[in-house]
Amino acid sequence: MATLNTPNGFALDNGGKRVVVDPVTRIEGHLRVEVNVDGGNVIRNAVSTGTMWRGLEVILKGRDPRDAWAFTERICGVCTGTHALTSVRAVENALGIKIPENANTIRNLMQLCLQVHDHLVHFYHLHALDWVDVVSALSADPKATSELAQSISSWPMSSPGYFRDLKARLTAFVESGQLGPFKNGYWGHKAYKLPPEANLMAVAHYLEALDFQKEIVKVHTVFGGKNPHPNWLVGGVPSPINIDGVGAVGAINMTSLNMVAGIIQRSIDFIDQVYIPDLVAIASFYKDWTFGGGLSSTSVLSYGDIPDNANDYSMKNLMLPRGVITEGRLDRIEDPDLTDPSHIQEFVTHSWYRYPDERKGLHPWDGVTEPNYVLGPNAKGTRTHIEALDESAKYSWVKAPRWKGHACEVGPLARYIVGYARNIPEFKEPTEKLLKTLDLPVQALFSTLGRTAARGLEASWAAHKMKYFYDKLIARLKAGDRSTANTEKWEPSTWPASTKGVGFTEAPRGALGHWVKIDGGKIANYQAIVPTTWNGSPRDAEGRIGAFEASLLNTPMADPEQPLEILRTLHSFDPCLACATHVVSPDGQEMARVTVR
Amino acid sequence: MAREETFYDVIRRQGISRRSFLKFCSLTAASMGLGPAFADKIANAMEVKPRIPVLWLHGLECTCCSESFIRSAHPLVKDVVLSMLSLDYDDTIMAAAGHQAEAILDEIREKYRGKYIAAIEGNPPLNNDGMYCIVGGRPFVEQLKEVCNDAAAVIAWGSCASWGCVQAAKPNPTNAVPIDKVISGKPIIKVPGCPPIAEVMTGVVSYILTFDRMPELDRQGRPAMYYGQRIHDKCYRRPHFDAGQFVEAWDDENARRGYCLYKVGCKGPTTYNACSTVRWNDGVSFPIASGHGCIGCSEDGFWDKGPFYQRLSGIPQIGIESTADQIGGTLATAAGVAVAAHAGASAVKRLRMKSAETAAERERV
Repeated sequence: MATLNTPNGFALDNGGKRVVVDPVTRIEGHLRVEVNVDGGNVIRNAVSTGTMWRGLEVILKGRDPRDAWAFTERICGVCTGTHALTSVRAVENALGIKIPENANTIRNLMQLCLQVHDHLVHFYHLHALDWVDVVSALSADPKATSELAQSISSWPMSSPGYFRDLKARLTAFVESGQLGPFKNGYWGHKAYKLPPEANLMAVAHYLEALDFQKEIVKVHTVFGGKNPHPNWLVGGVPSPINIDGVGAVGAINMTSLNMVAGIIQRSIDFIDQVYIPDLVAIASFYKDWTFGGGLSSTSVLSYGDIPDNANDYSMKNLMLPRGVITEGRLDRIEDPDLTDPSHIQEFVTHSWYRYPDERKGLHPWDGVTEPNYVLGPNAKGTRTHIEALDESAKYSWVKAPRWKGHACEVGPLARYIVGYARNIPEFKEPTEKLLKTLDLPVQALFSTLGRTAARGLEASWAAHKMKYFYDKLIARLKAGDRSTANTEKWEPSTWPASTKGVGFTEAPRGALGHWVKIDGGKIANYQAIVPTTWNGSPRDAEGRIGAFEASLLNTPMADPEQPLEILRTLHSFDPCLACATHVVSPDGQEMARVTVR
Repeated sequence: MAREETFYDVIRRQGISRRSFLKFCSLTAASMGLGPAFADKIANAMEVKPRIPVLWLHGLECTCCSESFIRSAHPLVKDVVLSMLSLDYDDTIMAAAGHQAEAILDEIREKYRGKYIAAIEGNPPLNNDGMYCIVGGRPFVEQLKEVCNDAAAVIAWGSCASWGCVQAAKPNPTNAVPIDKVISGKPIIKVPGCPPIAEVMTGVVSYILTFDRMPELDRQGRPAMYYGQRIHDKCYRRPHFDAGQFVEAWDDENARRGYCLYKVGCKGPTTYNACSTVRWNDGVSFPIASGHGCIGCSEDGFWDKGPFYQRLSGIPQIGIESTADQIGGTLATAAGVAVAAHAGASAVKRLRMKSAETAAERERV
């Protein structure tokens, strides 16, 4: 039993009752969480453990850098494409390749499409059941549900008959006794606050969103041939454009552009008429549930993304904002430098890896990975049957990245806080409008609910930005520009003997960076620091806790055996563990600075 | 626990008309490449069979298979999950977590012993006592064996479960292995691809539920109905290959005309999958149609078969009616028939005639 104050301002107490949640479900990959609750069932200590490790960066060594996008894309099939985009940017940065404007526009369309799809699926299919009680929906009055739906949105599927049919289907499903994915859910839990009608409406939209999500990704299919895991290309995009010549049917043509335009409009409609109204309606019942802020009020990080014009990754050209805020200083926004070894470092003090000196962090260029799976002296169970972990020792396959020593939260909320702090209207105004609608102060942003709300606002932002880039593509086509790829430096014979580069994006879950070193036409070193490495990080050498752990602290649980509150806050980050548990090169690399061209 | 219901019971009680039900059966039959006569058979099966529990496990993977599955246009995944089967465990979408989730595995294994389907996404790492993938504090490989041992049949979703995929690419640091290396004595159906096509996944499930049997599998354990032919055999750009019309560089005039991508590395000629027929995302496109060559993602060990943009040096020319097994069976013939790096139209035509003869000979045999 010990109490501990962390350098980043949190009080931990590992006395009381230890509660283990493993597996944490409705996430990507494998995650375990252990918490200690005090006599009042309030969480006083939290331990987040990434429980998988694949070693993709080791596998990349010696490969053709033009292939790296395909390997890294398989880091995650949920945020499919964002690793591939980060990878082609890193390789282009290393080789000094400039891409055509159309390629940049098409890549932005694909990245924004991912944001829209991923946020929508997250809200309805991974997160909603933390707020929505499916069984309660059975006692809803269809007519009242219709009135509720029509009072918050003009979405047409809202008649009493529609909800009556749905209720009948749902009742039949539940009465069958085979509840499928809803089996053993926390139905009737005290932390559920929605009235039956709001629950029924949300279930309707859960199913509608499930039908609709498969339409959104067709933007990837048009430009990348398939989804999940569309195809990308170093130097541009693989899909050629042919609007009016012979063979147009085998390229991006008027028909496929029309499909893209239609999907964009339908996405805007669904997000603005279903997702956002649902978000507001659900949030209005949970305004009192102010927990889960974690690091968001003190330390957030965003690299920025969506370059308006091609080949310019400077702050002014990035439509998603860039910046780091630490110590809660919204008036002091710093610029993260991915190439500066003093900015970003990873620690393994509490991770299942071995460093020569584990008190020190290493920049990704200088990374070392040697797996070292050991449990601490206070762990319970055995090496292959863990009952409880010992967080004073190593306890996760996730490393601990830090920016100038700070643990940071990344993701939609981080981006919105940076955009808000930078006074960028398209981030600040919707945020203020939402707060005003819910009659909440700005501090309410720094919470589980704030994280969930920022994701919704960003889905809407991204859907509208797709329209912007579609119009931009059409304008360039009208001006006669058909170019989609630059092949001047396609052949390895045109490459420098030794070079290195960095690429970054804002993945749906947050800041994502890839670092590549190329020697003799082959990958000599490849590193990725991904959003869930930041958010799901274990403690560092100094004992700073990461975003997941911080966000769980001080949350009261109605019943520790029914960990709904834990799931609710963890899900608000949209954890992605296949991403988080990456591995860096097995060799120590020379310290090197990269130049972002 | 209430009584077990059939698919038909459920959808009728959910207010779906018989007419809609029959339409669904026709679409299902069509999606599996079966004639209209099979629609009746499917309808009958759906009317009399209970919903089979499915336990969907995740090992080392990226979840692209789950994401693909929910893209299914026919049947809609909503209908698959609510009406066709009972997806009692799938950690990606299930409401329960921790103990409540693990309890489901125990319950279904007990109650439906030998009667449920184990659907496996990802694979087990064997190094480090299996602790490179931990579920519930234990190695994933243990959960995998337990769940598969009590199943009626096992579906290996995607290239991870089927072959090993990206984490098993050299040097395979975790010693990740395909599931058939650790499961024995159970029928395993491999549905490879990174990911597999959505309608192939739901098609395989529908087939099993409809006919109450495994689909015909080839020697590698894949459903012949979807993996029997090469992408090249049914590629709409095949005439350009035969005519010697190739994309020479990205975004060149030939690319804009939709010529063959063989010279920029397309692996269609050595890849068995349904991409060029079923296509992707409700038939919108497939990699070749969107200008990029096939990377061969449904083939065993495709990550280690050379760079993706390097043209294939040898293509088995067995004719479009050949299946994967026949290609294997006539490998001796095929080995002597390689496409030269600069395949000329006349040479290709000669080869095609030769392969037609080979096919004809096989017919006679």
